[in-house]
Amino acid sequence: MSENTKIIDFMGLRKLATVLSTCLVVVAIGLLAFKGLNFGLDFTGGTLIEVIYEEPVALPEVRDQLKTAGYDNAVVVNFGSDTDVLVRLPQGMSPTLGEEVLKVLKNGAAGEIDLRRIEFVGPQVGEELREQGGLAVLLALVVVLIYVAMRFQIKFSLGAVAALGHDVIITLGVFALVGWDFDLTVLAAVLAVIGYSLNDSIVVADRIRENLRKLRKHDAVEVINISLTETLDRTLVTSGTTLLVLIALAVVGGEMIHSFALALLVGIGVGTYSSIYIVASLLVTMNISQDDLIVQEKEGAEVDDLP
Amino acid sequence: MLNKYPLWKNLLILAVLGLGLLYAVPNLYRPDPALQISGESSGVIIDQAQMERLSAALEASGIKHFGEKANETGKSGLIRLYDADVQLRAQRVVQRSLGDGFIVALNLASNTPQWLSNLGAQAMKLGLDLSGGVHFLLEVDTDSAIATRLEHYNSGIKKKLREDGVRGLVSLGDEGVITGKFTSAELRDSALSIIKKEFTELTAQRVDSTVGDSAFYLSALISEAKRKEIEDYAVGQNLTTLRNRVNELGVSEPLVQRQGRNRIVVELPGIQDTAEAKRILGKTANLDFRLEARYDAPTSDREQFEFRNPGQGEPSAWLERDVVITGERVANAQASFDQNGMPQVSITLDSEGGTLMHRMTRHNINRRLGVLFIERKSRTYYEVDAQGKEQIVKVPYDEKKIISLATIKDALGVQFRITGLDAPGEAAELSLLLRAGALAAPIDFVEERTVGPSLGAENIAQGFNAVKIGLGLVAVFMVVYYRVFGVIAVAALGFNIVLLTACMSMLGATLTLPGIAGIVLTVGMAVDANVLIFSRIREELKAGLSVQHAIEAGYGRAFVTIMDSNITTLLVAVILYAVGTGPVRGFAVTLSLGIITSMFTAIMGTRAIVNMLYGGRRVTKLAI
Repeated sequence: MSENTKIIDFMGLRKLATVLSTCLVVVAIGLLAFKGLNFGLDFTGGTLIEVIYEEPVALPEVRDQLKTAGYDNAVVVNFGSDTDVLVRLPQGMSPTLGEEVLKVLKNGAAGEIDLRRIEFVGPQVGEELREQGGLAVLLALVVVLIYVAMRFQIKFSLGAVAALGHDVIITLGVFALVGWDFDLTVLAAVLAVIGYSLNDSIVVADRIRENLRKLRKHDAVEVINISLTETLDRTLVTSGTTLLVLIALAVVGGEMIHSFALALLVGIGVGTYSSIYIVASLLVTMNISQDDLIVQEKEGAEVDDLP
Repeated sequence: MLNKYPLWKNLLILAVLGLGLLYAVPNLYRPDPALQISGESSGVIIDQAQMERLSAALEASGIKHFGEKANETGKSGLIRLYDADVQLRAQRVVQRSLGDGFIVALNLASNTPQWLSNLGAQAMKLGLDLSGGVHFLLEVDTDSAIATRLEHYNSGIKKKLREDGVRGLVSLGDEGVITGKFTSAELRDSALSIIKKEFTELTAQRVDSTVGDSAFYLSALISEAKRKEIEDYAVGQNLTTLRNRVNELGVSEPLVQRQGRNRIVVELPGIQDTAEAKRILGKTANLDFRLEARYDAPTSDREQFEFRNPGQGEPSAWLERDVVITGERVANAQASFDQNGMPQVSITLDSEGGTLMHRMTRHNINRRLGVLFIERKSRTYYEVDAQGKEQIVKVPYDEKKIISLATIKDALGVQFRITGLDAPGEAAELSLLLRAGALAAPIDFVEERTVGPSLGAENIAQGFNAVKIGLGLVAVFMVVYYRVFGVIAVAALGFNIVLLTACMSMLGATLTLPGIAGIVLTVGMAVDANVLIFSRIREELKAGLSVQHAIEAGYGRAFVTIMDSNITTLLVAVILYAVGTGPVRGFAVTLSLGIITSMFTAIMGTRAIVNMLYGGRRVTKLAI
C-alpha cells in the first residue's frame, strides 16, 4: 500500500448501506409476494404466436378478430415494432391451437402475414420448469456456500451468500415491479448474476483475506477499507466493461434476448454495490479479525492447474 | 531469469492457437442452401443422369442452381442453390419431376474444404432459434404401457392357477396391485409359490385380510426394475418409430432424442408446416396376422399382397380376408437365436391374442401364416388454386405389404417364434417392424416451438452485431485505459473467441441465442482476469517494485483470485447445465467453455506476449 493513495472510508457509510439494502430487499420481497412475477409462457404453459404484418396493424382489430373466432382470453400485444404482434393464450388448450389462431389472423389480415414463431408449453412442463428453476438457484447458492467456506472461512461464505441472495431478490423485485416477462432465458440471466456477483464478492473477499494476514497492526475496519480501496479500480473497470457489453446486447441484441440483457444489467449493477457493501459490512458485523485466518495456511498450493 | 517463458510454454501456446484457428475456420465458410434427394426405400438408385434431368427441370423453372451431384453410393443426391428464398420452390419442382417414392429434403450443404473436414473440423450447428424450424417435446404414456402389461400378468396368473387346480379369486386393483383371495392358507401358499416360480418379474407376498374376513390374501406387484424396463421399452419403441417417421418428413438433420424418464425431443430444422409434421409423427402403423388363402378359395375371400422386401422367390402372395389378430394384441417382439444358432423372432401376444391365435392355428397346422404391415402414407398432387398459386395436395392411403409368411408348425399361443429367417439382420428388421406395428404406448405433445426462418436469420444478425459492438466497446476502453497492456488484453480476447468457437465446433455443441449471450458474457468476464492482473501490476509499481518484479508479482498474486472467482462461476455454470433444459443449457455450455478458454488466454496468453515484449531486459517504465 503506497502512502499517496487516499483510503476511502467505505465502512463509514456502513449503517446507511445496511438500512438501504434492508429496505430494498424488504420492498422486493413485498413486490414478489403481492404483485408477483409476470411469468412467461415457459412457466405458465399455454400457447404463444408471433406474427409479422406487412403494414402496422391496430391491436384492437386483431383482438376483435380473435374474439369473434371464440378466443376470448387472448392477450394481444406488440413485440418490438408495430408490425410485430404477439398473441398469448392461457393454458388448458390443445397443441393444434397455434395453427388455428394463425388461420384466424391470416383471414383477418389485409396483406400477407409472416409467421415468426409458435410456442406451446403444456401445463405440466411449465410447472416442472418452474420447479427446476427454483432448484437450480438454491443448489447454486448451497454449492457456493460450501466452496467459499472451504477456500476462505465460514464468515466470508455467509457474506458472499448473503450478497447473492440480496442481488437475486432485488433483480427479481425489479422484474416484479416493472412487470417484464420472466421466462427461461431470464432465469438463466439470474443464475448468471449469481455467478457474476460471486466473482465480484470473491475478488473483494480475497483481498480482505490477504490484507488481514499482511496488515497485522490495523484493525478489521481499517483493513477492509484499505482492501476495498485497492480493489475499487478493478471493480469499477470490470463492471464497466461488462455493462458496456450488456448495453450492446440490450440495444441491438433483438427482442428475444432483451429481457435477458435487462436482468443482467440490473443484477450486475446491484452486484457491484453488494460486493462492496454487503460482503464487507457483514464481515464487520460478524467481527472478522486476524484470528479467524490463523489456522489456514498453504495458500496457493491447493490451487489446481488450468483445467 | 524473470519473465521469460520456457520454449515449451511458448510452443504450447502457439500450438493451441494453431489448433484453435484450424478448428474455428470452418465457421467462416457459409454453407449453401441445397436440396437433398433420397429414395423412400433402400432399393431406389439415384445416378448422375437423374441429377442432370432434375437440373434441367430446375433450369426450365428459372431456378439458378449448381453443383448437382449424385452420391457415389447411389443412395442420395445433392443440388446446391444460390439463394435460400427459392429453396421451397425448388423443392416443389424437384419433387414434382421425381414423383412419389423419393424424399426431397431442404438442406445446408457444407462448403468446408475437404482437407479440413478430413481433420474432423466442422462448422458449429445452429440451434432452431437461429436456423428456424420446429421443436416438439413428446411424452410417452408409460402408465398405460404398464397397465397393459399388468392386465397381461393378471390373466396369465388366473390361467396358470386354473390349470394347476388352485382355486381362488384373482383380481387387478386400481393401484396396479394384483390381489388373490383364497379360502385356505395351503391354497394361498401354493398359489404364491406358483407365482414366484412362473412370474419372476412380480414380487408376490402374503398379506393380512384388511376387511376382517377369514379369507387368505396375497398380493403381487411389478418389481421396480421391471417397471423401469417396461418404461424403457415403451420409450425405446416410440423412439424407433418416431425416427422412421421423421425420415419420411424429409428433414436434413433431424434430432430425435430421449429426454428424462419418459420424454422424447424431436427437432426438425427448416420445417414450417407443423400440422403436417404432427400428423406424420402421430400416425400409427398396424399389423394384421392373416392365414394364407387356400388355392380353391373364392376370390371374394382372398386378397393379393406384395412382399415388403421381395427376396428371391415369389413377389406376392394371396392371404385370406379374415384377420386372425391385429397388432394391438402384440405385446413384444424380439430378435434372437434358436438352439441351433439360427436367427428367429420371438413374439409375445396378450392373453386375448393368445386365445384367438390358439383357436385359429390348432386346426391349421402346416398352413402358412402371413403378417401384413400396414402403413398410412400419402401421395402428393399439385393443384393450382383460385389465386393462381400452386398448392400441394396430399392424399392419404394405406400401404399394406407382407413382412413375413411362415408355416405353422404347431398350435400357437401367447408366445411363439418365427423361424427360418436367413440372416440376423432380417430377424432384427422383422422384429422392428412388428414392434413398430404393435400399438406403442400413446404419445402426447407437451411442448412445441416453431421459429420462422426470418426470425432465425434476424436472431443471428442481431446476436452477432451485439457481440461485435460489445467487443468493440470493450477493446476501445481497454486500450485507452491500459495502453500497451490493453492492446495485449484485446489480442488475448480475440484469441479467446477463436478458441471458444473451436471448442464448440469440436464438441459438436449447438449454437443458440442464449449461447450467443453466453459468449457475450464471457467477453466481459475474460476481460476481468486481465483487469485483475493489470491493476495488480499497477499497484505493485506504485509500491515501488521494479518493472520485472511488478509483472511477476502482478501475475502471481492475481492468479489465486482469478482461480477462485472463475471456479465458483464454473460451478454455477455446471449446475445450470445439470438442472436446466433447452435455452438454459445452451447458455451454460458457452459460459463454462468460455470460462475455461478465457483462463488460458487471459493468463497464459497475455503473459507470453508480455514476456516477449518486456521479459529479460532492462525496462524502466511500463505503458500500463
